[in-house]
Amino acid sequence: MIMRFGLIALSLLLAACGGPRTATPSFIAEGNPPLLSDWGMMVSDGASLTLSEGVLPYDLNTPLFSDYAHKQRTIWMPEGVSAEYREGDVLDFPVGTVITKTFYYPRGETPGEVLQTTSRAPGWRPDGLDLADIHLVETRVLVHRETGWLALPYVWNDAQTDAELRRAGDLQHFTLVSEDGERQALPYAVPNANQCAGCHAINNTTRQIQPIGPAARHINRDYDYGTGTQNQLIALVNAGYLDGHPDLADTPQAAVYTDPDAPLNDRARSYLDINCAHCHNPVGPADTSGLHLNADAPEGPNLGLCKLPIAAGGGTGGRRFGIQPGHPEESILVYRLEINDPGSMMPELGRSVRHEEGIALITDWIARMETQCGSDG
Amino acid sequence: MNTHHAMWALAGFSLAGMALTGCGGPAERDLASADRDYQSQLIEQLIDAQPGDVIEIPEGVFAFDRSLSLTVDGVTIRGQGADRTILSFQDQAQGAEGLLVTASDFTIENLAIEDTVGDGLKVNEGENIIIRGVRVEWTNGPDTNNGAYGIYPVQTTNVLVENSIAIGAADAGIYVGQSRNVVVRRNRAERNVAGIEIENTIGADVYENVATENTGGILVFNMPNLPQPGYWTRVYNNHVFANNTGNFGHEGTPVASIPAGSGIVVNSNDQVEIFDNQIADNRTANIIISSLHSTGYSDYAVQEDFDPYPEGIHIHGNAFSGGGNNPDGLDLQGLKLVVAGPLGRMPDVLWDGYYDAEKMVDGEMPAELRICLDNGEAGLVNADGPNSYANPSVVTDEHQCSLPPLPAVDLPLAAE
Repeated sequence: MIMRFGLIALSLLLAACGGPRTATPSFIAEGNPPLLSDWGMMVSDGASLTLSEGVLPYDLNTPLFSDYAHKQRTIWMPEGVSAEYREGDVLDFPVGTVITKTFYYPRGETPGEVLQTTSRAPGWRPDGLDLADIHLVETRVLVHRETGWLALPYVWNDAQTDAELRRAGDLQHFTLVSEDGERQALPYAVPNANQCAGCHAINNTTRQIQPIGPAARHINRDYDYGTGTQNQLIALVNAGYLDGHPDLADTPQAAVYTDPDAPLNDRARSYLDINCAHCHNPVGPADTSGLHLNADAPEGPNLGLCKLPIAAGGGTGGRRFGIQPGHPEESILVYRLEINDPGSMMPELGRSVRHEEGIALITDWIARMETQCGSDG
Repeated sequence: MNTHHAMWALAGFSLAGMALTGCGGPAERDLASADRDYQSQLIEQLIDAQPGDVIEIPEGVFAFDRSLSLTVDGVTIRGQGADRTILSFQDQAQGAEGLLVTASDFTIENLAIEDTVGDGLKVNEGENIIIRGVRVEWTNGPDTNNGAYGIYPVQTTNVLVENSIAIGAADAGIYVGQSRNVVVRRNRAERNVAGIEIENTIGADVYENVATENTGGILVFNMPNLPQPGYWTRVYNNHVFANNTGNFGHEGTPVASIPAGSGIVVNSNDQVEIFDNQIADNRTANIIISSLHSTGYSDYAVQEDFDPYPEGIHIHGNAFSGGGNNPDGLDLQGLKLVVAGPLGRMPDVLWDGYYDAEKMVDGEMPAELRICLDNGEAGLVNADGPNSYANPSVVTDEHQCSLPPLPAVDLPLAAE
């Protein structure tokens, strides 16, 4: 408690000096910095969070669902290095790269209440966040060191002035309030450092941790930088962070899962790709199931069509097939999205409430399939 | 016993099953005095672990509200005994297993993992895995809402599971999947849907285990659409008795089709030698040999090169007693009536009758692919599955043959 008061006092003192604080981003090559501010990627005085100069924000076409948390993602690299373009995989980031993802919610009326919204949260700015109406929960740092990528979870303090390293993770209890005023318990889990590898080691044999989002197909989209709207890949090139890329026309682009103009199949596959394929790919931790949901997985049993479960346990929901074409209500895939029991739900980590919009999409996708499962199906 | 008595017996079983479900069976462990602060310490130890480290967990009951994971090779986790060091996950709100290990050269011993929401101990890919003296238990007893697997190494090579206990899993107590070179010995599996299950695994010796009060005692399975089909399993010197618990598996899982009262079950697997076991009082059948055709599969969903036929099965030297007297379900009751009459019991080996006609040579199955029963008085019934069970018959004489013994698994980790 003494320390917390100290931090508040410090922030008041700094705020009193006038003008936003600034910080200098740095690559910390060793150790586990105890505070998010040690990295210098962003600075907060409790009223406003500001990205440091050179720290580039980005969004994904279709993001991972994380209990309706909003996310501010950033990339930064030290002077003199840049990423190489790779078509199907994440960009080849150099040692020194620091990626952050800050999870936050619009505040509800009473402490502990957070709002479920699908549009941009109030307070979003191109260069940071106004904190008057939002609550910062955690910031995850992915740093590329000589020894490989390292994931570090930081949990924001009550004063919202800094976040502290919490390698053992955390379990916070919020009430999530929908736009209709419905309330549900939200046990929000901050992953521990090993659990970070549960998603970010997408090859379960090499087990190398790597970023998932900043692949060309996910970040090939426009972003409003305040100074103008630009394609994120071009912005990375202009910032000196990306060493060229093919014509945008030749660059893959994942569908936006909410885009009514995109084909349903593309939207569904994009949603499954970002939400499931970090484990459900042919070399991932969930290859044990024989279910592959990566963007380029061919249609067939391994995509779940008429596929029997292997080790699903209660995750079957009493349903026979991963996907029963035409019958979402008979498909294990949909059950796994609908259930909140940690032993049965999917993804295994990263959510504790249902993603209604995602369920609706996958339900619609399966409902319109016409394949037949054969005589016994 | 006449037919009426048999019906009564069946009714009795159902009532017992309902009573268990209704009252929830025994209560879960009381965590009032459990240590809740140890969680963060253990998580940090697991994160900071270096190859060669031994993480000692003291005696006590420790409560966890989220899952544990280990990603570093060469680590040993050691408790003070399966009844002394207890990791309870009754309050778990996050994570699909109690402890998830994605690492090689891993040993875990002398502790208990209780009441996880999903699987108990999962080891996903790795070499040289020792699981010894570990108890994984759902303390409320058999319940469909329990986690699926107790002890669960998958895609592992060189695996030893010994002197461990698995109780109450809603799928399999001890499940070794998609692995190579495995020894499962001297364990006790009880009140799970499947006691011990070897699935899509190449080279497994399963011996000196006790499997009782499960729905099925010991299972050797192959499932389609996985990277590796399994073969070569020896099941010997086990005590497999009274596996008569009503199936409480989740509908849709492969084990949900196991009839209550199954001793040892081979499904779609090849080169399985079952010998010198004591197999008793499993009310459907002491041994079942079956094909994926009998477990609710669809043509569309199976990879083309999947072989659903159990082949090269050799049963010899087992001591059978009792069992087969009261099969699970009306179909199997009917089958028993046809082949054994109302007072008799099912022959010790029940085969669903599916075989691969394309492999026949001059009207006969090549010797190495046969299902061989060389076990004294024990009989074998062909349930005639391919003809919708129209003409089941006892065919013991046609299957009287033997096969060369399978080689033992060579696992240095298991050297005595």
